[in-house]
Amino acid sequence: MDIIEVRNLVKIFNHDIKAVDEITFNVKKGEIFGFLGPNGAGKTTTISMLCTLLKPTSGEARICNYDINSQQNKVRKCLGLVFQDSTLDDRLTARENLELHARLYGVPKEKRNKRIDQVLKMVELKDKEKSIVKTFSGGMLRRLEIARGLIHYPKILFLDEPTLGLDPQTRKHVWDYIVKLKKEYKMTIFLTTHYMEEADELCDRIAIIDHGKIIDLDTPKKLKDGLGGDTIILDVNDKDIDKTLKIYKNAKRFDGQIILSVKNAGKQIQKVLEKCRKNKIEVVEANIRKPTLNDVFLKMTGREIREEDVGLKEQLRRRSKHRFRGH
Amino acid sequence: MSEIEAVYTVWLREMIRYFRQKERIISSLVMPIFWLLIFGGSMRSSIDIGNVDYRSFITPGVIAMSLMFTSVMSGISIIWDKELGFMKEMLVSPVSRLSIVIGKALGTSTTAIIQGLMVMLISIAIGLKISLVTFLLIVPIMLLISLGLVGIGISIGSLMNNIEGFQLIMNFLVMPMFFLSGALFPINNLPIFLRIITYIDPLTYGVELLRYMIIGTSSIPIVVNFLIVSGFSSLTIISSVWLFSRRH
Repeated sequence: MDIIEVRNLVKIFNHDIKAVDEITFNVKKGEIFGFLGPNGAGKTTTISMLCTLLKPTSGEARICNYDINSQQNKVRKCLGLVFQDSTLDDRLTARENLELHARLYGVPKEKRNKRIDQVLKMVELKDKEKSIVKTFSGGMLRRLEIARGLIHYPKILFLDEPTLGLDPQTRKHVWDYIVKLKKEYKMTIFLTTHYMEEADELCDRIAIIDHGKIIDLDTPKKLKDGLGGDTIILDVNDKDIDKTLKIYKNAKRFDGQIILSVKNAGKQIQKVLEKCRKNKIEVVEANIRKPTLNDVFLKMTGREIREEDVGLKEQLRRRSKHRFRGH
Repeated sequence: MSEIEAVYTVWLREMIRYFRQKERIISSLVMPIFWLLIFGGSMRSSIDIGNVDYRSFITPGVIAMSLMFTSVMSGISIIWDKELGFMKEMLVSPVSRLSIVIGKALGTSTTAIIQGLMVMLISIAIGLKISLVTFLLIVPIMLLISLGLVGIGISIGSLMNNIEGFQLIMNFLVMPMFFLSGALFPINNLPIFLRIITYIDPLTYGVELLRYMIIGTSSIPIVVNFLIVSGFSSLTIISSVWLFSRRH
């Protein structure tokens, strides 16, 4: 039995907008499982259903072996949640926010303070515990929310776009915490993201989701290997371009550069450079490019994930419209 | 047990938020003081209401006003929680919707009672005489009145997603309810059609209840007042629980 089991889950908004379309997947205990897809692919809707904020149109799901439709309180108790937008009370202090959470989740009085101290230390906010949350930066807010999600010792932590809107340095910081949670606390983590690097770096397995459907599900490595090989990009002296193309018959010319498709670029590049030297081809620059998850997404859908960011406003509008529907 | 803890938690948060906004507490006392000192003082000679002086007469009305304006804030607070996001934190926690509403209702009522008592203390400071027993008995009555108004606030707050819409509805509801409640004038002197509207206004019975407690007389029998206020409060609280659970 897996810790999350989802079968043919469907969510239809306003009778015709299929936000989530018959998705089926399992999440194993102790893994970091990622939902990767553009904005509006149905990631947040799926999380909302799994954490019982939204009622599915059809299909079923079991979290820690509790049914999300009939055992909502038990499901809620075994989940920790960090939403895309802050759900902290900004008029309260960091510690007060954590205290309220502990009480809402029925953490016994004698354990409350110890656990609050523990999670505050973990996210390095112990010295800020008495500060009003309103004064916190985006990164601090996210860290505090992660800390809060852990107080009741959830079996699964849901993170919806955990690093959205954070600067690269803070993002790395949050990643470190997520990895730490898995390693030290053996926690199962379900995260959604539209950042390739994030999914690649963190996840044990990734479900690529688009238009409400899971289009592929595997480890990041296998997803990328499925594309068949790396690329070597050679920037040669202009007069040598034709000569190079003669040597490498299957090479492509793109924007003044030579593109070579190879199995293992790390080993091959040595030979390629050697051959160029022998043929007196002047190589200005040589680069290796490993396939990214973006290439995977591109191959599956014919689009890049990034293109979708233009529609962010539209998605936000839709999301806020649906945010408080359900039950 | 855990649901009682949940009610307490939601209540506790309201308390922390209330006491953290000291400037709001002070500013909310300006209107009642204005009514008591200036209006109550200046109209003293021009309104004849028998053997009670006008300022004492409107004191229950001004208390009711304080209760009302503070109580309907429950609706704003619900909408605010949705915008702030904290509502989600409560909704995904293993706590029933009933507990959230009851905690919110009791929290707002507590702040309303504190406001009401402050107005009463101001009245005492400027000359109102009441016994300690009355002072203590008035607290549960304030709670009863306030719960009814809190119920209206939460019901409407559950249906709306933005503060502007809420304020629009409230202006059409709160102001008429206050001015037609006999808070500022005796009901018996009104022309018949205004008197009918006054009898429809549930706040009238709350004001009358407070008036009986504070100055010892009311134009509607005390039992009637009590039953109507209790009935009204039960009704709006039930409606608020129902609407909140349905919408969230």
